[in-house]
Amino acid sequence: MSPTSPNAFEVLCQTRTRPVVTAEFPSFDGGTLDDIRAAAEKLAPWVDAINVTDNPAAHAHASNTAMAIALTQLGFNPILQVVCRDKNRLAIQSDIVGVSMFGVQNICALTGDDVTAGDEPEARRVYDLDGPQLIKVATIMGTGMYLSGRKMKTAPHLFVGAVENPTAPPLEYRAERALKKVNAGARFLQLQIHYRPEQLEAFIAACVANGVAERAAILPTVCLTKAARALSFMNDSVPGISVPAATIERVATSVDPKEESYQLVRELAEHALSIPGVAGLHITDFRHDDSVRRLTEDLAIGPRFEEQHAHSA
Amino acid sequence: MGGLLPLIEHGIKKPVWDCRMCGQCVLHSTGMTCPMTCPKTLRNGPCGGVREDGHCEVVPEMRCIWVKAHDRSQHMPLLPRSWREEFDHLRPPVNNALQGQSSWLNLLNGRDRVTPPGWAASEAHA
Ligand code: SF4
Repeated sequence: MSPTSPNAFEVLCQTRTRPVVTAEFPSFDGGTLDDIRAAAEKLAPWVDAINVTDNPAAHAHASNTAMAIALTQLGFNPILQVVCRDKNRLAIQSDIVGVSMFGVQNICALTGDDVTAGDEPEARRVYDLDGPQLIKVATIMGTGMYLSGRKMKTAPHLFVGAVENPTAPPLEYRAERALKKVNAGARFLQLQIHYRPEQLEAFIAACVANGVAERAAILPTVCLTKAARALSFMNDSVPGISVPAATIERVATSVDPKEESYQLVRELAEHALSIPGVAGLHITDFRHDDSVRRLTEDLAIGPRFEEQHAHSA
Repeated sequence: MGGLLPLIEHGIKKPVWDCRMCGQCVLHSTGMTCPMTCPKTLRNGPCGGVREDGHCEVVPEMRCIWVKAHDRSQHMPLLPRSWREEFDHLRPPVNNALQGQSSWLNLLNGRDRVTPPGWAASEAHA
């Protein structure tokens, strides 16, 4: 891949010839390059790009930049998540220009969960930039200069996106906030995990009305889990995610909670993909089995499906 | 002057808006709600962590200041329309060098509107 031409994920977000599929890479707390390769090989056949997270839920893990470089060098296509919580504007800019030299192009800007959500709540929170400002800074860097105006040697090719939460208050403002992010330069929007189809529908409808859906590829997120306990945990402990009691109940009281958990996600994903204005799907996986494969096959989405499509055509 | 004005400004704005003296006041565009009282000091709207009841991810007993700001920017009487519209503007990164200075002075001399050259260049483009 030439570092200056658009990667396949970017092209697909723009052409939208089929649904875009992305998934979250597991966090690492040690191990080797072989472990990274093994994890990537499990995901890569089913998705168009892989998100490497940036200390999710305010827990320290192997760095986003190290993982993005590793994936690129191993031949995979990462999306570098960058949060505002841990680093100031200097450190964030040096991270972005650094990874760009290894061919990392996709940047996903987030505000980031607060330090109080993690296991080191006594840490200093930074937030020198906020989410929309970070989108703009990354977009400026794509033109070949730092925020200060100082020129880089070469302009990195960057494809910048962001996250928005369609189910957090103020609900009626979320699409406007998405528009602010698109105006700042976001060209894809991976949404927060949702369990409220009606709220997602309203958000997407507003994004169609204000032009966001056309200007950025919107990817709603589903989360593969195994049991009702995981849903309760998310509801209680993960900032910005609420799971209706009836949904938890449905999984808890089923004869096969593991299978019911899968079916729940399948329904959420099917519904999300059916909404006009949705460009694809983002998948987070806490099952760590073959459910990403199963889901993309059941829904007939992802790169494999395109190949089959091309052969039969 | 440099010493007295910040004192007076803080004396007035602290009790009313819990002013943090960022030196680049945006209160008028945020429904007269100080964004620097957001635990993440976000200047461009609510984070994704707002609780279902509209309270803050970080301080559960506090209403999210951006939920409050949005509400007020829509419904507060006597707020000029241009101020309401400014709610959606992209506010630039905080100039940390202005911390503790009088935003009134920085408004008059224009320092609060100076953005880093890279930011300014991209605004000129847009
Ligand atoms: S919930 Fe609101 S007040 Fe709390 S950190 Fe997020 S934006 Fe700031």
